[in-house]
Amino acid sequence: MDVEILARLQFAFTAAYHFLFVPTNVGLGLIVALMQTRYYKTRKPEDLAVAKWWVKFFTITFAMGVATGITMEFSFGTNWANYARFVGDIFGAPLAAEALLAFFMESTFLGVLLLGRGKISEKFMTAAAWLVWAGSTFSCLWILIANSWMQTPGGYAIEGGKAVLTDFFAAAFNPSTVARFAHTVDAIIIMGSFLAIAIGAYNLRNKKNEYFAKRQIQVGTMVALVAVVLMLPFSHMQATVVANEQPEKLAAMEGQYEDGPADLYLFGWVDEANQKVNGIKLMDGGTSLLAWGDPTKETIGLNTASKNIEQRIAEVRSGEYLRNGEQFYQTVGSNEEAYAPATTAPVQITFQSYHIMVALYGCIVLWLIFAFIVRSKINKGQAAPSGLLKALYFAPLFPILAIEAGWFVAEFGRQPWIVWNELLMVDAISPAVDAPQLIITMVLFLAVYALLLFILFKNAFRIIKEGPEQVNVIEGEVA
Amino acid sequence: MLTLWNVIWFILIFVVISGYFILDGFDLGVGALYPFLGKDEVKKATLRRAIGPTWDGNEVWLLTGGGALFAAFAPAYATTFSGYYIAIMLVLFCLIVRAVSLETRGHDPERAKFWDVLFFLGSALPALLFGVAVGDTMMGIPMDAQGNMALAFPISFVFLLRPFALLCGLVGLMQFLLLGACWIAVKTEGELHDKAVALRPKFALAEIVLFVLASILWFIGMGIDPQAGLMGAVFGIAATPSLTIVSAVFAVVALAGMALTFMWSTKGEADLKIFIVAAVICLGLCFTAAFGMFPNWVPDSLMANPVTVAEAASEDFTLMWMFGITIVGLPILLFYHFLCYRAFAGKITEADLEY
Ligand code: HDD
Ligand code: HEM
Ligand code: HEM
Repeated sequence: MDVEILARLQFAFTAAYHFLFVPTNVGLGLIVALMQTRYYKTRKPEDLAVAKWWVKFFTITFAMGVATGITMEFSFGTNWANYARFVGDIFGAPLAAEALLAFFMESTFLGVLLLGRGKISEKFMTAAAWLVWAGSTFSCLWILIANSWMQTPGGYAIEGGKAVLTDFFAAAFNPSTVARFAHTVDAIIIMGSFLAIAIGAYNLRNKKNEYFAKRQIQVGTMVALVAVVLMLPFSHMQATVVANEQPEKLAAMEGQYEDGPADLYLFGWVDEANQKVNGIKLMDGGTSLLAWGDPTKETIGLNTASKNIEQRIAEVRSGEYLRNGEQFYQTVGSNEEAYAPATTAPVQITFQSYHIMVALYGCIVLWLIFAFIVRSKINKGQAAPSGLLKALYFAPLFPILAIEAGWFVAEFGRQPWIVWNELLMVDAISPAVDAPQLIITMVLFLAVYALLLFILFKNAFRIIKEGPEQVNVIEGEVA
Repeated sequence: MLTLWNVIWFILIFVVISGYFILDGFDLGVGALYPFLGKDEVKKATLRRAIGPTWDGNEVWLLTGGGALFAAFAPAYATTFSGYYIAIMLVLFCLIVRAVSLETRGHDPERAKFWDVLFFLGSALPALLFGVAVGDTMMGIPMDAQGNMALAFPISFVFLLRPFALLCGLVGLMQFLLLGACWIAVKTEGELHDKAVALRPKFALAEIVLFVLASILWFIGMGIDPQAGLMGAVFGIAATPSLTIVSAVFAVVALAGMALTFMWSTKGEADLKIFIVAAVICLGLCFTAAFGMFPNWVPDSLMANPVTVAEAASEDFTLMWMFGITIVGLPILLFYHFLCYRAFAGKITEADLEY
């Protein structure tokens, strides 16, 4: 049990940490490419200064994304050895494809983008910037295929104690892949554009680098507008997939215990002892309405979910899952009592994460409106209100928190399964790795990651303060 | 049952591992030589710049190797990564700090010393540990019926530091240092170039000595029963001598590569030519190890439950799909590498150093 909790804690921490940088980098990758393209077209020295600044900023955040990604890749073998044995036939392929088809593209052209200026043509530079962004987006696609397969597996059969591939496309494009990809990448783009807006607001408020600041606000708001509007259909799609494919998770997300139409809460607190939610209810049957267009549509509550899961656990552990003639879970421990898994997702945390994410969407819309007010002021040549600009400093906090909350919904809501309805978390750990080893590495992760984050922030703020190179517009010449 | 696809993928994995050892090998070598050759700011900047544009692309070979091992031979991936837990984590932390120090050093002059140390450690330690891991896998580790390392921590970690494995680590370290020196010679001029040129034959010679020693230890170890007490656990090797001949052929290739590198570097042949021979040594070393283990992936030093290639392999259907993806992906990624190396071809000049 200890080992399971420690391994989960470590994964949650390292994944959540990696996912601070993925949205930053993939989101900024788009901004970098747009700025570079602008310079390619105008060839103005002030646009060159903007493009150069972004590449510099990008270097330090990108290194963090790459460095922390290696942890994720290794973790399946180090911390989830039984999981790796169970899903290797299917899950390994998108991981390998991610490296072959996405990481190589991204990392090779990143080298070109970071150090190539002056050595290669601006055309190649611009192509490299777009290829870095394309590569990182492909990498999202492959990793999300892998993750979606765990949430809603498809195209497989269980043979000899492991999942084997029966249909490649059904596995890759399982029921949740498309929705998850659209929702996540859109969230990432919001993150990048909000960072650009915040950096623009900083420069405007301090009356520095006016040209740079305006470019950030203008490009940032336009990109954000598109992404924030698209978020509505995409998140709807996401929620619909959950309602249809993982009704047990939906029940935890809305804290619904009895079968019936699913209600919609704005905020609330799940009273687990009395099996009810205290809070502000927006509408009876609201979630049913959103998911199925019918407020009376019935779905299962947590009590039924728990029974379903219990039954499925018994099935899974009853002999269909034999490896070398032994039951899979026996590899974990002989004491079945100690390894008895929970039969529902942790309700409170799933409920809260979900509602926080949705609430943050509200904040995102509000801050986008602020950004548009600033934009219209500067377009008219007026000074933007200082308080508003200060508020915009905090813009990137909302998407990043929503993204983290979203993953908590997805991942906590999936409990007790690591592969939905097929493999339990407790059966997925590495039997060779015991608690002391996990504690040693956990302490190291905390120390190293905290240190790196601290230094990253210091450097990022310094680079933001320095701003782009001052260009002499009269001379108009930059190498 | 061993299928053709199993064998193809066994070989492909070692091709990818060789690719990693060659490409990131010289990055690690440059990092390990950094404090010894980088005597002033310009030299340091030149060394970092020698691998600056390409190290990340090179490192992806490791991720590809890990991903491909997971996809094609998941039980072997699970056994080694969880069995070598602390060692793997050490490599991981090294790679993390190396990546961050390389990219941050130029933007953070205040903490230059700190980043320099991390860059050195983050390169030198993996350069040693990769070889140790190969050596341990060749010797075999004690496993239970499910393929999990049977020893408990911390003995499981200390156990990995057996003499043969450590010797393999030193061979690997020397190989990476050699590749690093060869690369520095290709990319730099003046004092740095001359120093690297002077180091090359020394590393080649040291590697020959270590490799011969390791080979002797291997043959002695094969005669010792790994289950026979402490001696056996420390020196014994759980080898299946089915393809020893093939393994020996590759050992000869490796040795010939080392000898040729030594000769050419004393004769002053073209730098790039020497780098290429030194790279071929990696292939020789990797396939010596591969065929020393075949048909096992991870031999069991208790002899009871080896993870065999046939048992560990994914179904042929998966392997076929993966092969398709590889056939499409490999030429494209080689083309990316080509574009990148071409863009940065030639010696590093003063003008390259500021960005
Ligand atoms: C490719 C697969 C994958 C991806 C892309 C993610 N996860 Fe995940 N996550 C897992 C695969 C996984 C897992 C291996 O399946 C875990 C390990 C333990 C578990 O519960 O599932 C998991 C667990 C897990 C837990 C612990 C759940 C629990 O203890 O009940 C949290 C909080 C997160 N993840 C959060 C995240 C975040 C913030 C992600 C954003 C990057 C993320 N996950 C991406
Ligand atoms: C737990 C699963 C994950 C694994 C195994 C993983 C693996 C990796 C690895 C190995 C790298 C370094 C690549 C390099 O050296 O260039 C990386 C970086 C990256 N990962 Fe992850 N990752 C995970 C989660 C995610 C998720 C959920 C996404 C996107 C939705 C993602 C997207 C990226 C991107 C775009 C990069 C490029 C570097 C960056 O922009 O930060 N990763 N990841
Ligand atoms: C309109 C409001 C939103 C709704 C209704 C919504 C809905 C959902 C749902 C139901 C999930 C869980 C999916 C699963 O379990 O598989 C989820 C996950 C997620 N959400 Fe949202 N979301 C909204 C807004 C946002 C925003 C604004 C962001 C970030 C900017 C965001 C980022 C994420 C991320 C990164 C995930 C994890 C990806 C996944 O596993 O699906 N969401 N969202």
